[in-house]
Amino acid sequence: MKPQPIVLKVLNVASVLLFLAALGMVFLYAPLEATMNYVQKIFYFHIANAWVGMLGFIAAAVAGVVYLIKHDQKWDIIELAAVEISLVFFLIAIAAGSIWARPSWGAYWTWEPRLTTAAILEMVYIAYLLLRQGIDDPDRRARFSAVYTLVGAISVPITFMSIRLFRTIHPVVIGTNSAASQGSFDMTSKMLTTMFFALFTFSVIFVNLFWHRIRLGQLAQQVEQLKLEELQ
Amino acid sequence: MIEYATSIKYMLAGYAVILTVLALYIVSLFIRWRNLKRDFQTLKEIQKKD
Repeated sequence: MKPQPIVLKVLNVASVLLFLAALGMVFLYAPLEATMNYVQKIFYFHIANAWVGMLGFIAAAVAGVVYLIKHDQKWDIIELAAVEISLVFFLIAIAAGSIWARPSWGAYWTWEPRLTTAAILEMVYIAYLLLRQGIDDPDRRARFSAVYTLVGAISVPITFMSIRLFRTIHPVVIGTNSAASQGSFDMTSKMLTTMFFALFTFSVIFVNLFWHRIRLGQLAQQVEQLKLEELQ
Repeated sequence: MIEYATSIKYMLAGYAVILTVLALYIVSLFIRWRNLKRDFQTLKEIQKKD
């Protein structure tokens, strides 16, 4: 059980400061949008959470590939950490998006392509956690999880591209909106700066939490090892 | 155009959800770490006694 490295401690402080700065930019720097006004401010954190959520699912798939090549439990720990954190961030993105949708679309939820694919993506990885728990043998569990994250990662580009490929009411931030989109808006330079700052902030928070979650997984593995030694 | 009062209400709800979920996850990480650390120390002590 190693103490926190100095870089991680710096990252802890940086994450808190960046988070406060991002909040400050959203509420004090970014201008009020003309049609949606205040509720549009949800957008900055919604998009940042969705970004890190998807990034983590891809990171999990990469860790899965490395596990299948090296057969080192370390990569299973990394993969699980990535999935767990991404599930949290993606859940926040879905929930915040639904709250924004209520005054903008008149409903919290509608089964349009983006929301549907996002819900499927979240459920695919919830199932990953549940199915993992059903396998006792660590090697079998890690092998199954690695293959699962690889297959599961297919839903990430599908979710990302859904608003670009299908007719949808969900606005497209970068690219051309569908004719059916509702709640889209033109971003000013201050809005763009705030959005990119929020993306950067949540990327740093993601790395920070990811590191903590990996350390937690390593500690859990050490405890399991000690328990096994005690039983023998 | 969305009314100001309605817009503020949903914005606050959105940020409340974001902050609450994030805070709950950080607390869960902290609790799990604390419990595992305690288990680790207990098991180490048992090993020493043995």
